[in-house]
Amino acid sequence: MVQLTLPKNSRITTGKTWPKPEGAKNVRKFQIYRWNPDDGKNPCVDTYFVDLDTCGPMILDALIKIKNEIDPTLTFRRSCREGICGSCAMNIDGINTLACIYGMDEVKGDVKIYPLPHMPVVKDLIPDLTHFYAQHASIMPWLETKTNTPAKEWKQSVEDREKLDGLYECVMCACCSTSCPSYWWNGDRYLGPAALLHAYRWIIDSRDEATGERLDELEDPFKLYRCHTIMNCAKTCPKGLNPAKAIGSIKKMMVERHV
Amino acid sequence: MAYLTDRKRARGMGAAKTGTEHLWSMTVSSVALLILIPLFVFTVGPMIGAPYEEVAAYYARPFPAIIAGLTIVVSFLHFKGGVQVLIEDYVHGMARKVWIIAMICLSYAAIGTGLFALVRLAL
Repeated sequence: MVQLTLPKNSRITTGKTWPKPEGAKNVRKFQIYRWNPDDGKNPCVDTYFVDLDTCGPMILDALIKIKNEIDPTLTFRRSCREGICGSCAMNIDGINTLACIYGMDEVKGDVKIYPLPHMPVVKDLIPDLTHFYAQHASIMPWLETKTNTPAKEWKQSVEDREKLDGLYECVMCACCSTSCPSYWWNGDRYLGPAALLHAYRWIIDSRDEATGERLDELEDPFKLYRCHTIMNCAKTCPKGLNPAKAIGSIKKMMVERHV
Repeated sequence: MAYLTDRKRARGMGAAKTGTEHLWSMTVSSVALLILIPLFVFTVGPMIGAPYEEVAAYYARPFPAIIAGLTIVVSFLHFKGGVQVLIEDYVHGMARKVWIIAMICLSYAAIGTGLFALVRLAL
């Protein structure tokens, strides 16, 4: 049965309030989820104050500043700081997004930061994405061919290449899948918007010769049909992609080969 | 804690190779209801508050009776498919199967009851 309340050991308590920076005039309040697997305590929300006059404009800038200057134990993933790697995905002000491309000016009031929802937490803002990555691997995210590899290259027309636009840009940040209620309740079996968007990217690829096998592997009440077009995925995607449309296209292909 | 690889956990028992039939049947019944529900509303509307004899005579006519019958059958078959998805979404384990069986029984019972009432009224 769906669990609508958090288990006892996941209930969030009030954490430490860190001192305001001395002499700072332009201060922003950050409330950040903290959980340490080693101390046996419940998660808590710590409060930090960041001097915006000495900080970059993005949420990630503030997180790095907090880690460097206030609390070195604050743990989060980050790498490219320009929305390409997908590492710094987290829930900011109630929206799953990338901290590196989400501006502080986009948030009204205090900045509340939590890890991606409904995922096991490794520490602080780091979710465990093991199952998410395994689901991505299960859709065979590579070119499958039976024909002998051509001497030069697999050719593709400009029109066919254009069909991959809006699909190949996905950086696997998991913002979409972790915003999807169907993925929350049935994530063990439902592949989720990210994996399905990637599945469609290979289904629609004119060079791929495993279209039928790919559709066979997806034809399942849970793997594919748990998508109820809620559209949270499209709303939250920090890259502006539309996984719901890709899933709809897969369903259309399924119907096409049935009826 | 079972020693399963991440990949084995993700693949699970593989694809059931079903689901499209369900999607298609829900689509077909949706389109049917799009036509039936307005017809049903417009045929049943004038009879609201009318005396029993008048309603019985009205439903003895083929058009209102067939519309009412089709609406009862199609809407409860649509309900059966929809509520199954709802249960699959929110209920897990053995309770899922019990609820699905219960709702299928309820849907067929509602269809049977509705049709019986209609036949009693019409004949």
